[in-house]
Amino acid sequence: MIDRASGLGPDVTPEYRELVERWERKAERTPPRTGKGSGAVDRTISDMPLKPVYGPQDVAHLDLTNDLGVPGEYPYTRGIHPTMYRSRLWTMRQFAGFGNAKQTNERYHFLLSQGQMGLSVAFDMPTLMGYDSDSPKSLGEVGKCGVAIDSVRDMETLFDGIDLGQITTSMTINGPAAIALAQYIVTAENKGIPRAKLGGTLQADILKEYIAQKEWIFPPRPHVRIIVDMMEFCTREMPKWNTISVSGYHIREAGSTAAQELAFTLADGFAYVEAATKRGLDVDDFAPRLSYFFNSHIDFFEEIAKFRAARRIYARHMREKYGARDPRSWQLRFHTQTAGCSATAQQPENNIVRVAFEAMAAALGGTQSLHTNSMDEVLALPSEKSVEIALRTQQVLAYETNVTNVVDPLGGSYFVEALTDEMERQVEEYFAHIAEFGGMVEAVEAGYPQREIADASYRYQRSIESGDRVIVGVNAFERPDEKQDPNLLKIGAEIERGQARAVRDVRANRDGAAVEAALAELKRACAGEANVMPYLIDCVKAVATEGEIVDAMVSVYGRYTETTQF
Amino acid sequence: MTAAAGTTNDRPLRVIVAKAGLDGHDRGAKVIARALRDAGMEVIYTGLFQTPEQIVQTAIQEDADGIGLSILSGAHMTLFPLVVEQLKEQDAADIVFFGGGTIPADDAAELKRLGVREIFTPGAPLSEIIAFVERECGKRRELVG
Repeated sequence: MIDRASGLGPDVTPEYRELVERWERKAERTPPRTGKGSGAVDRTISDMPLKPVYGPQDVAHLDLTNDLGVPGEYPYTRGIHPTMYRSRLWTMRQFAGFGNAKQTNERYHFLLSQGQMGLSVAFDMPTLMGYDSDSPKSLGEVGKCGVAIDSVRDMETLFDGIDLGQITTSMTINGPAAIALAQYIVTAENKGIPRAKLGGTLQADILKEYIAQKEWIFPPRPHVRIIVDMMEFCTREMPKWNTISVSGYHIREAGSTAAQELAFTLADGFAYVEAATKRGLDVDDFAPRLSYFFNSHIDFFEEIAKFRAARRIYARHMREKYGARDPRSWQLRFHTQTAGCSATAQQPENNIVRVAFEAMAAALGGTQSLHTNSMDEVLALPSEKSVEIALRTQQVLAYETNVTNVVDPLGGSYFVEALTDEMERQVEEYFAHIAEFGGMVEAVEAGYPQREIADASYRYQRSIESGDRVIVGVNAFERPDEKQDPNLLKIGAEIERGQARAVRDVRANRDGAAVEAALAELKRACAGEANVMPYLIDCVKAVATEGEIVDAMVSVYGRYTETTQF
Repeated sequence: MTAAAGTTNDRPLRVIVAKAGLDGHDRGAKVIARALRDAGMEVIYTGLFQTPEQIVQTAIQEDADGIGLSILSGAHMTLFPLVVEQLKEQDAADIVFFGGGTIPADDAAELKRLGVREIFTPGAPLSEIIAFVERECGKRRELVG
């Protein structure tokens, strides 16, 4: 223990030292708790070691100006805006999509009528992987995990009656993100809304697909090239669009620790920054419109520390390493979603409680937007009632709990500051490992993050199995007599048949020669150096389907296959 | 578990862990693959995006005792029955076919009626899955040799 705290603590007096020593003696004599879940009292859910109590000695090395600062100032540990939620609440943005475009459009209208502020589109597996609904590859998958979008006709139905000049839309689309952007632009422009007026973002983070979510199309290098094409195009033509959103959510869902989520996500983001600057873009021209997406898991303080550390690490790297001069390039803006993997199929109502804690961690961590999971998502697509409860959870948090009234209320907590610092240290360690591979693309190609995550996920599962950790309703407090709610939302085979019929109709009722010509031009652009975005827009205008566009691109780039490991 | 766990006739039990369709959720499949391996079995993980034909072919070529299929995309009512059909067509219905994923209880009951031996849903203990595979694949090994 040091004699004098420098930045954060008051002077440590002899009286205080004596008190601490007394506590240490007592603590040593106190036997640890036994029984349910007692095997993990000394660590976080990510196995980060925890002391029973924290004090000034744990934060003595932190510098008040350079490590904490104030909200709205570098390094933004305490938030990116000076008064945070006092000036503007986070955007309540519920991720939704199922069945066909018409069904999902109805859900959007419902959510907007209930106070949701922005849209977030979930696409089905065939759309994410670039197959049309009538492809043999799509068998059984159409409309199941999200909405089926085959052509711009579906995109028009999806946003029917919604003013795209007013609403902001986030699309989780990764592999075919550039195609979805083209479809969104054409949908808006057909209604007379110019692309310059469109606001929203694309989750176009392909590196995390290879790492975690596994919905890819092309190999990493051409995929990264297309992402840079989008960044360049949006920088030039879409001033209100947040070009790409880089996602750690799926990394965490795949079983990573909090530090891995942060390290791999930020490393992915930096890989795009490097690729774009290599193209010749000025970092300050595109960085202010990058955004991030994190998971909010059930370990309350660890998550808050993760969000705070994320901002600090990002600011430091963007300023010091990438030479950004515009403060907006230093600010890490992020969306948060509560952890799907923390929800349980057993006693699903308990998920409402988990979501509320996770949402509060996101708010205390300073998120810019939030999705709260529905209690039944672990069983099936969420019902309208459970989606409403999830949205109301955010509204109660925002308007009733008053946690929004003071910025970074846990700033200065010995524990939270120490944990934030430890998070940063672990992330920097991962960065050093990634650098040994030559960069994130190379590390991903070598399967490094994939292995780290699989190891962590297995360790966690074993800790549940051993009873070191408790999951209520799963390995403790079970109800053997539990009956599952029979009224789950299911997508029947008729949706797939209808969607397959619709895409065949689209192909039959268009100028086939124009489609062929647009696709041929696109292939030339893919093989050459030109930005592919204008060519994609031409294909969409000619009503080429997503599957056709992807096939044309695959003929140039090939499809990625993973080296399997477990 | 005893020292002989996972083995019969001197050779360890061999299990295929499979992912089908367009579903990329592989966390569960990988955890199961590791757990079965740690229990002393030989595990072959197919990797993602396999067709039912490919899965059954792999199982036959590898002389596997069991196939565990993981589906979290909602396509279970299409893909599980196709694997059952393939197993019958290839005269390989003795291979123990089980699975897991986000599968509602009524769908799981229907799949078991169609010939899937067991469906494990989120929260199922690894010990329970291992015990099932050892018991059922062990019985199959005794019959087939």
